[in-house]
Amino acid sequence: MASMRDIKRRRDSIQSTEQITKAMKLVATVKLQKSRAKAESSKPYFNMMYETICSILHKSGNINHKYLKAGESPKKAVVVITSNRGLAGGYNNNIVKLVSAELPAEDTYVYAIGRKGRDGLARKGFTIQADYSEVINEPLYRDAADVTLELLDAFAQGKIGEIYLSYTSFKNAASQTPRLLKLLPVEIENNGNKEEAKAQALMTYEPGDEEVLDSIVPKYMSSLIYGALLEAVASENGARMTAMDSATSNAEEMIEDLSLQYNRARQGAITQELTEIVAGANAIS
Amino acid sequence: MADMFKLQVVTPDKEFYTGEASMVELTTTEGQIGVYANHIPLTAIVAPGILRIHEDSEVKKAALHAGFIEILPEEIRILAEVVEWPEDIDIKRAEEARVRAERRIKNHGAEIDTVRAELALKRALTRLDARR
Repeated sequence: MASMRDIKRRRDSIQSTEQITKAMKLVATVKLQKSRAKAESSKPYFNMMYETICSILHKSGNINHKYLKAGESPKKAVVVITSNRGLAGGYNNNIVKLVSAELPAEDTYVYAIGRKGRDGLARKGFTIQADYSEVINEPLYRDAADVTLELLDAFAQGKIGEIYLSYTSFKNAASQTPRLLKLLPVEIENNGNKEEAKAQALMTYEPGDEEVLDSIVPKYMSSLIYGALLEAVASENGARMTAMDSATSNAEEMIEDLSLQYNRARQGAITQELTEIVAGANAIS
Repeated sequence: MADMFKLQVVTPDKEFYTGEASMVELTTTEGQIGVYANHIPLTAIVAPGILRIHEDSEVKKAALHAGFIEILPEEIRILAEVVEWPEDIDIKRAEEARVRAERRIKNHGAEIDTVRAELALKRALTRLDARR
């Protein structure tokens, strides 16, 4: 049996770990509330953007626009949104796994937002084209617009043929799902909403269909990236909260076990001492 | 009294304005337009300019810098990338930005992005205009 001192030392060390995980959990909870409110307030903009894009594409389905077909280059670009810090359970690893499973490492340029994803993908042999890791600390719409500009530049120059976005979508505090979606060429699911399509059929575009598309697609991409950034931040905090919660309860369990062991050892030591004293007294008399 | 319509102005961060209006004026890439209710459906790209929202009795002003507008007969939606109420505008900063942008355009060298400077100037002028 381990000595009393060893057990006590272990218990103390676990106790201080528990304090840290508990504090981290509290911080994550507060941050989660903030980031979740932010993510939700950006939803109306994004939904409207999506509706508008849908209705334009419905109307001009066969339009031959550069943003609607893949570029000639076989190279792909992917915007990977992860966090800068670990200790968030499988949050970062899930994204890395998803991206490396879906896209070939040798043909993909990574535009990393978040250090953990960047490092993870670099290890897997992806080319890191650009790194915007600072952005994830405080995402601004401007940042999303900057990333979009750079991507569209590369697309226009024919360096890349397709653009993807990978982030963790936020369902609720306990569940987040990693997602990979195609940004360019724009693909809108046809949900066969004919009535709406008819109502939109009268829409006029000024100056013209193509010019409007030219101007809206970059905005659409920026809003998608911005929305993804906000959701990813909320997911990160949610994941960290869950991870730290289970770490705290694990620590509690271990402390309980160790306390039991410690008390047993203490009792054993007392009993032994008593036996020794009694034996000694008996020997004298 | 003109018919009222529903107006929504949203930005990536929040819903900027929701309410009933009788007319809305703004600048698009094709020029200034004023829209009443029952307009034909139209989507246009916004150019930097003043957004005037005519409510029942008062007119609200805001500086609108970028985005687009979707007009339906009973509803108008403006998806704005940047829009500000006059009271949120820092007039000193806008003035400074105007001077800086004008300087940059005047002595433009090869390394200076003239288009960007012009855009910055337009933004500054819109802000100053909205404050007036």
